[in-house]
Amino acid sequence: MGIMTIDGRRVEFTDERNVLTVIRKAGIDIPTLCYHSELSTFGACRLCTVEDDRGRTFASCSEEPRDGMVIYTNSAKLRKYRKLIVELLLAAHCRDCTTCVKSGECALQTLAHRLGVLDVRFQNTRERQPLDFSSPAIVRDPNKCILCGNCVRVCEEIQGVGVLGFTHRGTDACVSPAFNKPIATTDCVNCGQCRVYCPTGAITIRTHMDQVWDALADPNVRVVAQIAPAVRVAVGEAFGLPRGENAIGKVVAVLHRMGFDEVFDTAYSADLTIMEEAAEFMGRLKEGKNLPLLTSCCPAWVKFVGDHFPDYQDNVSTCRSPQGMFSAVIKEYYRDPQNAGGKKTMVVSVMPCTAKKMESKRNNSFTKGEQDTDVVITTTELIRMIKNSGIAFDKVESEACDMPFGIGSGGGVIFGVTGGVTEAALRRMVKGHDKATLDAIANSGIRGDEGIKEAEIPYEGKTVKICVVNGLGNAKKVMEQVRAGEKEYDLIEVMACRRGCIMGGGQPIPAGPRHRAARAKGLYDADGSMIIKKSDENPLMDVFYNGYFKGKAHELLHNPEFDTAWRD
Amino acid sequence: MRLENREALNKCREEALQQVASYDCRILVCSGTGCIATGSEKIYRELLELCRDLPGVTLEFAPHDQQAHVGVKKTGCQGFCELGPLVRIQKGQEVIQYVKVKEEDCQEIVERTVLSDEVLERLLYKKGQKAYTHPEEIPFIAKQTRIVLENCGKFEAESLDEYLAAGGFKALEKALFTMTPQEVVEVVDASGLRGRGGGGFPCGRKWKQVSRQPEKERYVVCNGDEGDPGAFMDGSVMEGDPYKLLEGMMLAGYAVSSSEGYIYVRAEYPLSVARLRHAIGELEARGLLGDKILGTDFSFHLHINRGAGAFVCGEGSALTASIEGNRGMPRVKPPRTVEKGLWEKPTVLNNVETYANVPKILLNGAEWFRGIGTEGSPGTKTFSLTGAIENTGLIEVPMGSTLRQIIFDIGGGLKEGSEFKAVQIGGPSGGCLTTQHLDEPLDFDSVKKFNAIVGSGGMVVMDQHTCMVEVARFFMSFTQRESCGKCVPCREGTKRMLEILEKIVAGEGELEDLDRLEELAAMIQSMALCGLGKSAPLPVLSTLKVFRKEYEEHILEKKCEAKVCQAMRRFIINPAFCKGCGKCAKNCPVGAITGRRKESYHIDNSICIKCGACKDNCAFDAVYIEA
Amino acid sequence: MLEQSYYQNVDRIIETYGAKPSSLIPVLQDIQGIYRYLPGELLGYVAQKIGITETKAYSVATFYENFSFEAKGKYIIKVCDGTACHVRKSTPILEALYKELGLSKKKHTTDDMLFTVETVSCLGACGLAPAMMVNDQVHPAMTPESALELVRQLKEEGV
Repeated sequence: MGIMTIDGRRVEFTDERNVLTVIRKAGIDIPTLCYHSELSTFGACRLCTVEDDRGRTFASCSEEPRDGMVIYTNSAKLRKYRKLIVELLLAAHCRDCTTCVKSGECALQTLAHRLGVLDVRFQNTRERQPLDFSSPAIVRDPNKCILCGNCVRVCEEIQGVGVLGFTHRGTDACVSPAFNKPIATTDCVNCGQCRVYCPTGAITIRTHMDQVWDALADPNVRVVAQIAPAVRVAVGEAFGLPRGENAIGKVVAVLHRMGFDEVFDTAYSADLTIMEEAAEFMGRLKEGKNLPLLTSCCPAWVKFVGDHFPDYQDNVSTCRSPQGMFSAVIKEYYRDPQNAGGKKTMVVSVMPCTAKKMESKRNNSFTKGEQDTDVVITTTELIRMIKNSGIAFDKVESEACDMPFGIGSGGGVIFGVTGGVTEAALRRMVKGHDKATLDAIANSGIRGDEGIKEAEIPYEGKTVKICVVNGLGNAKKVMEQVRAGEKEYDLIEVMACRRGCIMGGGQPIPAGPRHRAARAKGLYDADGSMIIKKSDENPLMDVFYNGYFKGKAHELLHNPEFDTAWRD
Repeated sequence: MRLENREALNKCREEALQQVASYDCRILVCSGTGCIATGSEKIYRELLELCRDLPGVTLEFAPHDQQAHVGVKKTGCQGFCELGPLVRIQKGQEVIQYVKVKEEDCQEIVERTVLSDEVLERLLYKKGQKAYTHPEEIPFIAKQTRIVLENCGKFEAESLDEYLAAGGFKALEKALFTMTPQEVVEVVDASGLRGRGGGGFPCGRKWKQVSRQPEKERYVVCNGDEGDPGAFMDGSVMEGDPYKLLEGMMLAGYAVSSSEGYIYVRAEYPLSVARLRHAIGELEARGLLGDKILGTDFSFHLHINRGAGAFVCGEGSALTASIEGNRGMPRVKPPRTVEKGLWEKPTVLNNVETYANVPKILLNGAEWFRGIGTEGSPGTKTFSLTGAIENTGLIEVPMGSTLRQIIFDIGGGLKEGSEFKAVQIGGPSGGCLTTQHLDEPLDFDSVKKFNAIVGSGGMVVMDQHTCMVEVARFFMSFTQRESCGKCVPCREGTKRMLEILEKIVAGEGELEDLDRLEELAAMIQSMALCGLGKSAPLPVLSTLKVFRKEYEEHILEKKCEAKVCQAMRRFIINPAFCKGCGKCAKNCPVGAITGRRKESYHIDNSICIKCGACKDNCAFDAVYIEA
Repeated sequence: MLEQSYYQNVDRIIETYGAKPSSLIPVLQDIQGIYRYLPGELLGYVAQKIGITETKAYSVATFYENFSFEAKGKYIIKVCDGTACHVRKSTPILEALYKELGLSKKKHTTDDMLFTVETVSCLGACGLAPAMMVNDQVHPAMTPESALELVRQLKEEGV
């Protein structure tokens, strides 16, 4: 608590963790490249350095606010030094800005512009490094790396994976896996969080838009899209809609106009997931076998189990993810010549996630020898495709999803936020669909921002112990406790990304605290406005189980075996 | 045998004293890194062998033995490295210092000096007409004030008994049995002892801060990562008087209630590691390290970590990171090391010389210490004196001594034919002092005013053959190579400064380059993350300030007065000496030399690559270099 | 995969320092002490044993100058380029060695695996500049000629 003077104005502070936060709270956007409120303070870029009344300079990210402090954030000296720092960074940076995929969203580019760096007086003498295209999810371009360490810290501190590290030192320093191995050969789970935190184009999404464009142009291909829940609350902002607004109707309309033959909602297969997984869970509870049940929706998490907790692989639900289920179902449907209409079918999955790209190629994502999901594009790629098409997203009239897979319940929609899968499963398991019952589930402790949430739910005379986790680092903690016998759960829901899929590795950036709040609210609001809230009340479920797909549920909806390997 | 209490320690010291007193003659062979390099190990073995077979002489201590008791001992650095191998013969108060001893001298030393009392003139140190017998008479040593180096070279470095006999562990005894930890902190604080590692932060204040931390698990860490090129004082203390350092650390442990200490020694000091390991082993065996030392509640354990080749690990947070098994990258502060140091616990971190000062301060009191040195910087400082100076070696002088005293009185002035140009002090974080500073008293604060730092105490004397631009380039290339690469100012800034300096040295500089150097330097000083980064531009700034003319000559006239910068050298054939043999033309790899036999040859400097082959091959010294 | 003996050595070394993350540097130093370099295959093994990622181990190993993933020669010659040695002309010594052994700034080790030539920032023998170290032995007051003589002598011993 106290008051400090920032650029001559008095600013109150309370429990801000550093001077930087106080400065930003005072409405000054002091530049940074390596500071991130979610990560440990690194202090490498030095751009947030401020000057005090004695002319002393210090980095505001690592200084505690003190009562009576007098600081200047933009003195002539600081302006000069900051500009020089950015110039030095640019001098050692691949400056193909116009053709860089990050152009327009690059923090370094923005800063260079903001600080007025109009000339780079030094030659780039760094040896050109090859790009790493090995991963299905991300591309690493070391030539664009500014060594801010954000990816290193998110990979280790938040995700507990730690495959990216600093190597060598001084001007030889790099960020890479051990021995600069192709990232696909490491324990990388493809979550894409490194790409979210990367300020430049050094780590970007491995894009697959061209395949989609090609298919759209091919009259012999039926192009079918499925759209994940988290996509709808992240697309709009790029086109001027309010942050977090549910734009599913516009997405459907735009995709139709771009030439997609059918557009479905992944919330439908989220409902299928609940039907299967809830049944599986109830079965395991009865038998007391392979508990805790570990959710299988998140492919990054599933790979993480394979890499670090192989002794728990039998605990992982055998259910395919909603993407996997849906693609298998769609493919099966159009395998029938009556439905195919003489066309080949391509399933395009629109996801907030980079790991889904890996999942689509996983050995167990093939049915009858055919790859279920042909292409995965992320929300970011979807936005790019819409921009490419020139369609005025904000102006199009909303359209409904196509049948026969066009309906999802509210439970299916909230899959996109941490705790959503559990909440939907509980809605299915607990009897009654009155508001009080649903509210009780919602308020049982499974919603919210925390990385590890616990809840106890009465079920058939017993108490079911649930743990809802987001962020793989948190998952590691929980699993180690479970392994050590310190904790006991019946169900553990894990989403690899903090706050769940709304903050997935394929979502548009930058995305700060306000984005995540708005996106979560967008999904809960969508759920709130829906009449069908429980997966089992989705009328299409009955159609599925008792209609066309009768008897095929197991083959289409479950993984033949636990397998995290994928085909290139 | 474990020393269970204070009485046992005193008894042990009594015995040690007896043993030391029983020597009729001690032969002290210098076994510092320098003398080992010049072959002192062989001398030691030879002397030992010779003495072993002497009738009427024993090497073993036995009370009431009638035989003459002779000891052949390996000591730490005797200080006069350039004249090694050094051997001292001690008989009671008589001490004879021999220099440049060869294997073949040993026989004579034993027969004539050890057995009879003859002094071998030819092995004495001579200056002008005068030969010196007693080491303390040699000006190089006589004009020093040795507190930290007091024992170095005077006794067997590895022997705990010798250390005890010299009053070792009296300070620890005093602290453990007559003082509270708080009182120990107070004494150190009152003494005004400042950290000898570079910055000169008050040691007592640091200890106070650690002892005030709410966290009770605390660590004592010694920085023995003496990385400054041109400095070897700490190494000499670790090699020559390891127990003193350990006692100092134990006192720190007692003062701040820590029971765990770490010594981080740089990889290039294998001898220091070996001597410290041996010393720790001895202390553990005697119960002077371990649990419940001398029967008190004080427990202390010591560990050695070897550096793995990173200068930046001399920085506190990088050093602790390295002990923890991480990359030695400095972290942002706060929190400071006193709050969250090693393993995120409160940590006392001082360098070797600082700890080595502590036992004496405890024994003699703060007032005694304040009586040496200057008001703001009490005590002495060790320097390693090197470069174009007559006497190179390890010295210790009171703070406030002048450069003139150090260079001319102790160092014996410059080498013949050399003219004093500058002293580089503080290594890659320091700067240059010149003639105008010769009579300024040197201490932490005054040196800072001259744009240099005392640093860890490397002092390199430079003469007219030293090119200051090249020196600046040398230091910049050092810091650049040793930059950890974390913060942008240091990683990218030093790289660009080095590029510019290389350009100037190569004769391709422009005047604007000097502005750029200053621009980059100012930014790095203000914006870099750690102290090493912040001080990296100092050697450049300091030389730019004092020797700007040299920079300008390099740029405008393409001239290097010191004739160091290769690109600026012009090889010229003096027609007066050239016999026209043509050998130079034959040896020139680029065909820059033309001429006719028996007539003077000519070098075309636009083709010449300055390799020097012509000069090396001229039998008549007709080729000379023009700056 | 290396021979079994490598892994046995590593197990023994890890036992000395304890299977904990902070043992990384001493363990790597001892491995290098045996083989004069760090066989890359061992890094992942060490990492897993002491509870860190291979990336972390690699990150640390590449930070410190003393670690090398390339096999080194029987004689490791470190030419001191500390301040004192530098002003007393250590560079010509280095160049003479490079020339004699056919090495360069990029190529440190001779093909017959007899010599590795490196520079070092300071050996702490400044009083005897210029100095160089062969394995653990410091040689004082060198000249290009005496360095070459030493190398030729070692060559004879080494073969």
